[in-house]
Amino acid sequence: MAETPKPPAQATIEWPPAERRRLIGQRISRLDGPAKASGRAKYSYDVNRPGMLHAKLVFSTQARARITAIDTSVAEKMPGVRAIHLILQPGAEVRWVGQEILALAADTEEQARDAARAVQIRYEPLPHFVADVPPEQAGADRLQQLREQTEGDPEAGFQQADVILEGEYGCPVITHCCLEAHGQVTEWNEDNLTVWASTQNVSGLAPQFAQGLQAAGIPVQASQVRVLTPVMGGGFGSKFAADTWGVACAALARKAGRSVKLMLERDQELLAAGGRPSMYARVRVGAKRDGILTAWSSESWGTGGPSTAGTPNLPYVIGAARNPLLPKRSRHTAVFTDIGPARAWRAPNHPQMCLITMCALDDLAAKLQMDPLDFFLKNLQFTERPDVYREELLKAADLIGWRQKWRPREEALRAKGPVKRGLGLSLHTWGGRGHNSNCLVTLHPDGSVEVALGSQDLGTGTRTVIGIVAAETLGLPLEAVTVKIGSNEYPPSGASGGSTTVGGVSSSTRDAATNALNQLLAKVAPALGVPAEQLEAREGRIQVKDDPSRSLTWKQACARLGTTPITATGRTRAELISSGVGGVQMAEVSVDVETGIVRVEKMVAVQDCGLIMDLKTAESQCYGAMIMGICYALYEEKIMDALTGQCLNPDMEFYKLAGIGDIGELVVHMMTGPGYDERGVIGLGEPPVISPGAAISNAVANAIGVRVPYLPLTPDRVLAALEAKGGAV
Amino acid sequence: MQAFEYAEPKTLNEALGLLSSRWGETEVLAGGTDLLSLMKNYVATPKRVVNLKRIAELRGIAEDSEGLRIGALTTVQELLEDQHLARFPALTTAAEGITSPQIRNMGTVGGDLCQRPRCWYFRNGFGLLARDAQGRALVPEGDNRYHAILGNEGPAYFVSASSFGPPLIALGARVRIAGPSGTREIPVAEFFVIPRNENEREIALRPNEILTEVILPATARELHNATYEVRQREFLDWPLATASVALELRERQIRRASVVLGHVAPIPWPALSATALLEGKTLTEEIAAQAGEQAVAAARPLSKNRYKVQLARVAVKRALLAAAQGGA
Ligand SMILES: Cc1cc2nc3c(=O)[nH]c(=O)nc-3n(C[C@H](O)[C@H](O)[C@H](O)COP(=O)(O)OP(=O)(O)OC[C@H]3O[C@@H](n4cnc5c(N)ncnc54)[C@H](O)[C@@H]3O)c2cc1C
Repeated sequence: MAETPKPPAQATIEWPPAERRRLIGQRISRLDGPAKASGRAKYSYDVNRPGMLHAKLVFSTQARARITAIDTSVAEKMPGVRAIHLILQPGAEVRWVGQEILALAADTEEQARDAARAVQIRYEPLPHFVADVPPEQAGADRLQQLREQTEGDPEAGFQQADVILEGEYGCPVITHCCLEAHGQVTEWNEDNLTVWASTQNVSGLAPQFAQGLQAAGIPVQASQVRVLTPVMGGGFGSKFAADTWGVACAALARKAGRSVKLMLERDQELLAAGGRPSMYARVRVGAKRDGILTAWSSESWGTGGPSTAGTPNLPYVIGAARNPLLPKRSRHTAVFTDIGPARAWRAPNHPQMCLITMCALDDLAAKLQMDPLDFFLKNLQFTERPDVYREELLKAADLIGWRQKWRPREEALRAKGPVKRGLGLSLHTWGGRGHNSNCLVTLHPDGSVEVALGSQDLGTGTRTVIGIVAAETLGLPLEAVTVKIGSNEYPPSGASGGSTTVGGVSSSTRDAATNALNQLLAKVAPALGVPAEQLEAREGRIQVKDDPSRSLTWKQACARLGTTPITATGRTRAELISSGVGGVQMAEVSVDVETGIVRVEKMVAVQDCGLIMDLKTAESQCYGAMIMGICYALYEEKIMDALTGQCLNPDMEFYKLAGIGDIGELVVHMMTGPGYDERGVIGLGEPPVISPGAAISNAVANAIGVRVPYLPLTPDRVLAALEAKGGAV
Repeated sequence: MQAFEYAEPKTLNEALGLLSSRWGETEVLAGGTDLLSLMKNYVATPKRVVNLKRIAELRGIAEDSEGLRIGALTTVQELLEDQHLARFPALTTAAEGITSPQIRNMGTVGGDLCQRPRCWYFRNGFGLLARDAQGRALVPEGDNRYHAILGNEGPAYFVSASSFGPPLIALGARVRIAGPSGTREIPVAEFFVIPRNENEREIALRPNEILTEVILPATARELHNATYEVRQREFLDWPLATASVALELRERQIRRASVVLGHVAPIPWPALSATALLEGKTLTEEIAAQAGEQAVAAARPLSKNRYKVQLARVAVKRALLAAAQGGA
């Protein structure tokens, strides 16, 4: 593309005011919806290259052991086998079942699988530890105390309390369950590598591949690595890295001189592609009789496998404010286990912290004999955004019928029949400031428009949002804009993590499209006889502001470019974005107290995220998050066998997820309009997945009159809680 | 999947001639919904797979003087759609419980009865009796949340996977089995057995036999019958406990009863003492609850599956109440 001189970036830039928005904030279907629904969209998993080989991983069958020998002699001679790449060498220690040891490539997937099984690995077993237990039940060498933090005077706070609640809460290790497995197809062309990767990090992957391959003795530079991810089947925080399998795939392709596909199998996904750390806590929390909190203290722990997985910040949301300060003390201990590595999981640590905090507070409300809605409303001064939460709580209450339906715990249990109903609520927060993004907009003389960013659409609607912003800015219909993402040949854009994408790409696109438009306006101003500042792009025309009679069609305007397209770049603009959202969710459940089976009847999500770009994809994020939340609230758990160190459910049969019939009615309400829109764009991918566990757990406690302390809320746990209470059973 | 020889015989005799007399060497393929995953996970590594689907005589549902004959290759979906089955809610409820249309369309009645246990130690390569390399039984000390609460003295701790077993037993059904030296017929109740060692299976089939049909006796038509299944999810999920009951009622009085628990023992578990309690009684909610209590009186839960006792108890009660409500 020819370079044209660019005018300096606008001094200030803003979103169009509400009355001028045609696309922004509307419910717009995603651009790639039909392609995805019909199967025409090609995921990395679907990429098939001429002569492509298939690779499989050989992974550890031991939870902890030293590798004494790796014998590939039989596998090498098996039909179709073309190359073998060692990830670990003899002498290395494996630290979980499923750890990658080597990869091999063969002509067909079946041959690769057979050969992988024929690799002989000998181990010297070492003692393993896979139990998800409190620190006192783990060896001292398995512990690391991460933080002891005190703010204010919690002891004095507890002394002022009229009521003190003590409880234990927590949730186990779960996994990401991306629909598309981790992996990629790699292909060399001379010394240049192309990677079709299932990644959240198109612009950041090349250096990782280069580094990994250099370490494997294959000299290649980041500039020689092309990464392509036109569409992507979910990552949820687990797909930022090249990973051992990525490097191995490229190394195999190099050795074999053929392109290679290596996608993880479902069991490997569950074993090795990352888990969400568990978190448990013993909580003490005190309040005055009127419900106002006076102090918090918690001892928490959890396992992220071989790493610490970060320190939680407890209590969550309520107690985050500096003024007034809720006196608090918290301590966290990491327990190291041989269950496999942790990876960021949609809103790292937040769902766990939320569960612990909101369940303890809900129990305290019950002890105070208060309606939790009133109790939470009373304590909003301890949050960082009391007004937003108040508005959201009242809206959610309205949508679920809280005031009509809510009954105190004991009363719900007295309802006739074995099926009891209950309501629960929860609050959450998230940052979501846009990442660094660069965008290139090209306006062609024939009127066509291209917008290119090295970003990726994980399935969230990123592509559509980019198109909306460009089309809105240029006064064009959405179809007039071609969005090009999913390649590191486009201007670099941040990884999609931390709900940072929408802020990054929407502001960089607005910036670039504005810059491009200004060039075009300057070009056509003489023809319309006014200075460029008096022109605007509207409804497919360039016109004199407030005088549509003096105008050119978009095509006529672009035709004046002659043979040289306009190109303009843009970058993340701080004045278009912001950070910090609040959300409230409420759940209505039914519980069969004879079987312990919980059904979510209805969930309501009320969420703000500043200025919404596409209301439909924003709502979809909330629906998806609630579904994911129902899954982890009721079903999900990575189950480890203490004796053998094996994961017992590395499959979709006993690693359970919800089906359509398990989801219930979902209602989403996005906070928009004055007070929200002018904040600019804020990320949304993560916040709505934080509250479901707590809201559902609280609803179950309300239905059956007793807390089920840990997720998932399985029949055995529900029945045990009822029995401990003196049982409705 | 290990490479194997594949055969597609067109007659039963041809098929029988292709089967080995030792377990593991050959496997019969019906819908493949279980066998294929066993093979993909290398739990089954047959040298030869014998596909039954071309054998016409194994298909179809027909009624004659003996009763209702259900060919082994009848799919779960065909079973659900057959009008004769309307009288057997105990069986159709079990079929509906397999909530995946894909599995209902492919899975067969014979395959359901012959499918292997879902014990996660078995499926992860520790053998049917789930022992480690030192011969230690893994289930009692391990994670046994889905394992047996009855008939679990060892060495078997898994639960029978078949949802059709309990209702068929309650209804007094028989299976017809073809082997190298002719055919035999046994009650479904005798079809399920508890293996004593790794070389045995959980069904009374010999390795070179084929299950050809299920026969529901004509008398079963008169029975009030029902199944209650406790599942955590609506979505395709294994029952945690089930109960199938069949009652011969006069007015509201129970003349004869049959109560069979599912997914709580290595075989479908006939709850004989519950049966005894019911006979001669008029079914009330209280009697149903007492029968549930009786049905689990002998249960000996393992470390993590005590909740299943309660689930089985409730399943019996609810199945009885449903049967009494439904017509015969
Ligand atoms: C997630 C999941 C949930 C499920 N839930 C349930 C459930 O709730 N209840 C339930 O009952 N089932 C359930 N199923 C199992 C399903 O019903 C069985 O897989 C199916 O019925 C097996 O039938 P098939 O024809 O596909 O058998 P195949 O897979 O073909 O065969 C299964 C086994 O039976 C043998 N076999 C098959 N037919 C014959 C025959 N005629 N003679 C001798 N041997 C034979 C095969 O050799 C093999 O060992 C579930 C399955 C899955 C994957």
